[in-house]
Amino acid sequence: MQEKLKEALAAYKGQRGATIPVLQKVQEELGYLPEDVIPEVANILGISKNEVYGVATFYAQFRFERPGEHTVKCCQGTACYVQGAPRIIDAVEDELKLTGGKITTDDYKFSLERVACFGACALAPVMVVDNTVYGKLTPAKAREILGKI
Amino acid sequence: MIKLTIDDQPVEAPEGSTVLQAAKKAGIYIPTLCYYEPLTPYGGCRMCVVEIEKMRGFPTSCTTPADNGMVVKTNTKQLQDFRKGVLELIMTEHPHVCLVCDRRERCKPFDICLRSASVTERCVVCPKNRRCELQEVWDYVGLGKVDLPFTYKELPVHTEDPFFDRDYNLCILCGRCVRVCQEIRGAAAIAFTYRGSQALVGTAFDRPLQEVGCQFCGACVDSCPTGALMERNVKWQGFADREVLTTCPYCGVGCQLEMRIKDDKIIEVVPNKNNETNRGQACVKGRFGIQEFVHHPDRLTSPLIKRNGKFVEATWDEALELVAGKLSGYKPDELGVIASAKATNEDNYVIQKLGRAVLGTNNIDHCARL
Amino acid sequence: MSFEEIRNQAIAEWGALQNSKKPRIYVGTATCGQAAGATSILDTIKNELSRLGIDAIITQVGCIGLCYAEPIVDIVKPGRPRISYGSVTPEIITRLIEDYLVKDNPHPELALGTIGEGSIEGIPRFAETPVMKPQVRLATRNCGNIDPTDIKQYIANDGYTGFLRAIKMTPEAVIEEIKKSGLRGRGGAGFSTGQKWEFCRRAPGKEKYLICNADEGDPGAFMNRTQLESDPHSVMEGMLIAAWAIGSTKGYIYCRAEYPLAIERLENALKQMRENGLLGENILGSGFNFDMEIKEGAGAFVCGEETALMASIEGKRGMPRSRPPFPAVAGLWGKPSNINNVGTFADVATIMQKSGEWYSKLGSEKSKGTKTFSLAGKVVRTGLIEVPLGTPLKDIIYGIGGGIIGNKTFKATLNGGPSGGCLPASLKDIPVDYENLSQAGAIIGSGGILVADETTCMVDMARFFLTFTQNESCGKCVPCRVGTRQMLAILTRITQGKGEPGDIATLEKLATLVKSTSLCGLGQTAPNPILTTLRYFRDEYEAHINEKRCPALACKELVSYYVLPDKCEGCQICFRNCPVQAIAGGRRMVHVIDQAKCTKCGTCLAVCPERFSAVTKVSGEKIEVPAEPIPVVVKPKAEKAASS
Repeated sequence: MQEKLKEALAAYKGQRGATIPVLQKVQEELGYLPEDVIPEVANILGISKNEVYGVATFYAQFRFERPGEHTVKCCQGTACYVQGAPRIIDAVEDELKLTGGKITTDDYKFSLERVACFGACALAPVMVVDNTVYGKLTPAKAREILGKI
Repeated sequence: MIKLTIDDQPVEAPEGSTVLQAAKKAGIYIPTLCYYEPLTPYGGCRMCVVEIEKMRGFPTSCTTPADNGMVVKTNTKQLQDFRKGVLELIMTEHPHVCLVCDRRERCKPFDICLRSASVTERCVVCPKNRRCELQEVWDYVGLGKVDLPFTYKELPVHTEDPFFDRDYNLCILCGRCVRVCQEIRGAAAIAFTYRGSQALVGTAFDRPLQEVGCQFCGACVDSCPTGALMERNVKWQGFADREVLTTCPYCGVGCQLEMRIKDDKIIEVVPNKNNETNRGQACVKGRFGIQEFVHHPDRLTSPLIKRNGKFVEATWDEALELVAGKLSGYKPDELGVIASAKATNEDNYVIQKLGRAVLGTNNIDHCARL
Repeated sequence: MSFEEIRNQAIAEWGALQNSKKPRIYVGTATCGQAAGATSILDTIKNELSRLGIDAIITQVGCIGLCYAEPIVDIVKPGRPRISYGSVTPEIITRLIEDYLVKDNPHPELALGTIGEGSIEGIPRFAETPVMKPQVRLATRNCGNIDPTDIKQYIANDGYTGFLRAIKMTPEAVIEEIKKSGLRGRGGAGFSTGQKWEFCRRAPGKEKYLICNADEGDPGAFMNRTQLESDPHSVMEGMLIAAWAIGSTKGYIYCRAEYPLAIERLENALKQMRENGLLGENILGSGFNFDMEIKEGAGAFVCGEETALMASIEGKRGMPRSRPPFPAVAGLWGKPSNINNVGTFADVATIMQKSGEWYSKLGSEKSKGTKTFSLAGKVVRTGLIEVPLGTPLKDIIYGIGGGIIGNKTFKATLNGGPSGGCLPASLKDIPVDYENLSQAGAIIGSGGILVADETTCMVDMARFFLTFTQNESCGKCVPCRVGTRQMLAILTRITQGKGEPGDIATLEKLATLVKSTSLCGLGQTAPNPILTTLRYFRDEYEAHINEKRCPALACKELVSYYVLPDKCEGCQICFRNCPVQAIAGGRRMVHVIDQAKCTKCGTCLAVCPERFSAVTKVSGEKIEVPAEPIPVVVKPKAEKAASS
C-alpha cells in the first residue's frame, strides 16, 4: 500500500464501525480494492479480512478490478428506464465494445457502471461520465459524448 | 417466570426466553433451520413464523421475546401454508431429489441409484442423506413436491483444505457456520459474501481456509444443517452403531467428546453440547485428531518391558509390578514426579498425590510450568 | 456573538441584498441544474457581465423544483420584481443580459414568471402559474431562493427560530407539539413522528443516537437530494430539535454516496453550524450538547431500512434484523436510537417555527401537512413538488405536471418506487394521502410519482421493479432472496412471450408469501408492484400470456416492425440506418424487414420521415408484406392527399 494511504488510514485505527469509510478511502486513492489491501484494512480495523471482504462485496460501490481511466455510470432508475435507459446502455456497450458482461475496455480507458438512481430523474435518461452529468440522452447523443472523451 | 399461551396450552418460561424457547420447553415443536441454540437468533429461514395476538404480521418465534399474557398460535393452516411456501423456495436452491424421488421409501441407505435423477441432484451424492435437518423439516411441513423450477448453483466444491469439504451447492444460507465462527469462535474465517440471490458463504477472495485464519475447530461443520459442510473422512462411512462419551486426551481442559463408533471403530468425534467445560466446542486436535491416532497401527496398546535389549509386550500388572519394585529401592528425596499438560486434571491430581502421599516426595513438577 | 446578534446581522445583510442598487442574478446549480448545463451558463454570465462592465451580484441557489425547465436563471433589476427564466442557454442568457440589464426588454416570451412584489407586462406571477398554484411550499420554501452554502441566508429567513423555540420548551412539550401537528414519517411507513420520538425519549439509557436517513435509494425519487442540496439547514434544524426532544447528544446523517453535492453541502452546513455555536458543546449557551457526523452509504438500497442502516453505520453488511427490540430501545451500538427521514426533519423545522396546530390545519383528516413528491416520467413538467396531503392526483398530473407528453394517454402512476404500487388513470381523482393510497394498493412511500403513458407496459414495469428489488435484496431471509428471484423469472418469461397459463396464479401465491413472511420492509413490499398491476392491469398480463401480445408495444420480444407497402416511398432512409442490415430495398422500392434478422431496436420507426409514416410497430398481429422488395406503386397525388 502507498505510504500516503497508510498514513490516511492510520487515523481510523481501532475505530468502531469504520469499515466502510476506510474502504471508500482506499478506493478513492487506488480506484479499486486490490486483494493485498484487504488484509491491511483488516489489521487497521482489528477484524478479520473475511469480514472486510464480506462487507466490501455487499455494497455496490466497491470493485475489485482496476477500473478504466474514465467511469461511465448509466442510471438504471425508474424514470430513466421508462425514458429509454436500456437503449442508452446498449449504445454505450456497443460504442465501448464491451461484450459478454465486461465492464472495462481493453485499453483501460473506460469502465461502465450500472447504478441505481442519481436522483436526476427529471432529466432522464441520465449518464454520468466521471463527475459530469449528461441528461435527456439519446443513444446517438451518448455515443457522441463518449466519442469526444 | 413468564406465563403465556401457546396453541391453547398454558406455558411457563424463564425471563428472557424467546417464544421458540418457551414452546420448546413445553414440548411444542416449531420447525427451524437457521436457529442454532448457542447463537443469537437470526430470523433468516422464516420457518418458525407464528401468529401472536396483538402483533402485526407473522413474527418469527426465534427472535420474538416471550411476554406475559401472549397468545401464540404455531400451526394454523395459514402458517403451515407459509412454511410450505418458504420451504419450497429453499428447495429451488437446494438439490432435493432425496425428498421427492419416487424411490425414496424403497431405497435402502446407500443403495446404488437407479437414475431417477440427474447426477448433481441424486440423494447419494449428499453425505447428509437421511441425517439432514432439511429432511426432518420437510417431513414435518409435508410439502410433498416442489413445483417451482430448481437451479443448481454450479459452484466448485472446495476440497483443498484439510479435514472437511465445503460444497456450497447444498448451502441454504442459514448462516449458522458464519455466525458460530464469528460469535463463538471469534475467528471469522468465513463470512457472508455478496448479497441477494448472489449471496454466498465464503472467504476473502475465495481463498482456501488455511490462508484466512481458520483454526479448523470444526464448529462450522457441526452447525451445518445440510450436507454443505462435512468432515471428509466421515462422509461415506455410514451411520454409527453406538456412541461413547469421553474426555479429550489431548490436554488438561477436559473437553467432553462423543465418539461415534461403527463396528468398533471411531468414525467421528464431535464435541458434547451438554457440559459446562466445552459446551459443544472443541479444537482441531479433539475434533479431527482422534480417529487416526486411536486406530493407528503404530499406537501402543499395551505396556512394553525391555527384556534382553528388546521391548516385549506385557500386561499392566507386570508393568506396574516392575515399576513399583524399582521405585521402592529409592529414598523419597531421590525421586521426582513430572506430570503432563496433556493429561487430564484428574490424572495430574492423582500423580501428585502419588508423589506426596505414596512416594513421600515434594519433587513434583509439570511441563506447563515452563 | 449571541444568536440574537447573529440573526440581526443576517437579517440586515439579507435586507441589504434585497434592496441592493445592483442587479442580481440567481442561477440554480443543484445537480439537476448542473446536468442541464448551469455551470456553463454561470461562466457565460460572468464573462458577459465583465465584458459589458456591469456590476451585478451573482448568487448560486438550489433547485426550485422545476427540473423540466433547467437551467433556470432569475434576474432582478433594482426596483423590479424577480423574473425567472427557464431552459436558458448561453445564447439566451447573453441576449437577456444585453436586452434586459443594459436595455429594458425583459423578453416575456422566455420568462416563466415573476416573483415578489410588482408586475411586468406579459409575464405572469409565478405563484399564479399552473405549475405553482396547487403547491404549498413549506419544506422547500427556501429552495431556489437562498444560497444553500450560506447559513446567514437561512437564518435571515426565520432559520433556527424553530430550534430556539424548542430549547426554551421541555423536551416533552416539544414532542407534544410535534404530536399535535399530526406529522407522520416522510420516509415511507408514515408512522407518527411524535410517538416515535416519545418511545426513544422514554427508553432508559443516557446515550441516545439520532440518525437522519438520507439514503434515498428509490429509483425515481429525488426529494432528499433536492432538499439537502438546496436547503441543508432546514434538515439540520429539524435534527437539532429532535435531538433536544429525545435527549440525544450524537447524530449521524447517513447519505448515499451517489449524492456528492448533497454531501458537500452537508459538510459545509455542519461547519457553519459549529462556527455559529449551533453544534457542539453548550449550544447557544443552553447547556445542550449535540454533535453530528456524516456517514456515506456505499450503494445498497436495503440500507434505507432502519436496522440495516444502523448495521451499515456500525461497519457491517447492511442486513436488517428482526424487531423487537425496536431501535428506540436498542438501536445503533445497542443504544436507544431514533431514525427519521430528511423530509421529516425539514417538516419538523417548519412546525417548530410556526406551530403544531398551524401545521395540522394543512392536509387531509389523517394525513396532515404537506409532502414533497418527485414527479417524473411521461409528464410535461417534471420536477420536485410540494402539495398538501390529500391533493387529488389529477391536480398533480394535469395541473402541476401539465399532462402527458406528446398528447399520449395517461395510463397510470407508479407511486413509492419499487416498494409501492400503481394507480390506474381511472383513479385520477384519488386524494393523495396515506390512507387513500394504501387502500388503493399503492403507497406514498418516500414520495416518488412516476407517470406512465399508453406506451408503458405494466407487466414490464413490474418486471423492472422486481429486477431492482431482487438485486437489492440483502439475501438474509429466504422469501426475499429466493422469492423475488422466482417472481422475476416468471415476469421475465411473460414479457418474453413465454408465459404459461398458471403463471398469474403462481405469481399471486408467491407475492402473498413474500409479502407476509419477509423479514424487513424491502421484502414485505417487494411484491406490491406485482399485486397492484395484477389488480388494475390483469388484462395486460393475460394478453402477454394468452395472446403473446404486448398491448403497450413495449416488450421487445413481443413486437415486430413492418414497412407498410402502401406507404413506403422507397427513400432508403431506414435501409441505411438499420444497424443490423435487416432491411432489404432500393431506390423507389418498397422496403422489407427481415423479421429473423431484426433486433427490434426501433431505429427504422424513428427515422422514417413523418410524411410517409411507413414503418409500423405491432404486437400479436402479422402485417401482410411482400417477401422481396417490389417497386413503389406511384399513387395519384389527389388520392394520396385524400388518404392522408
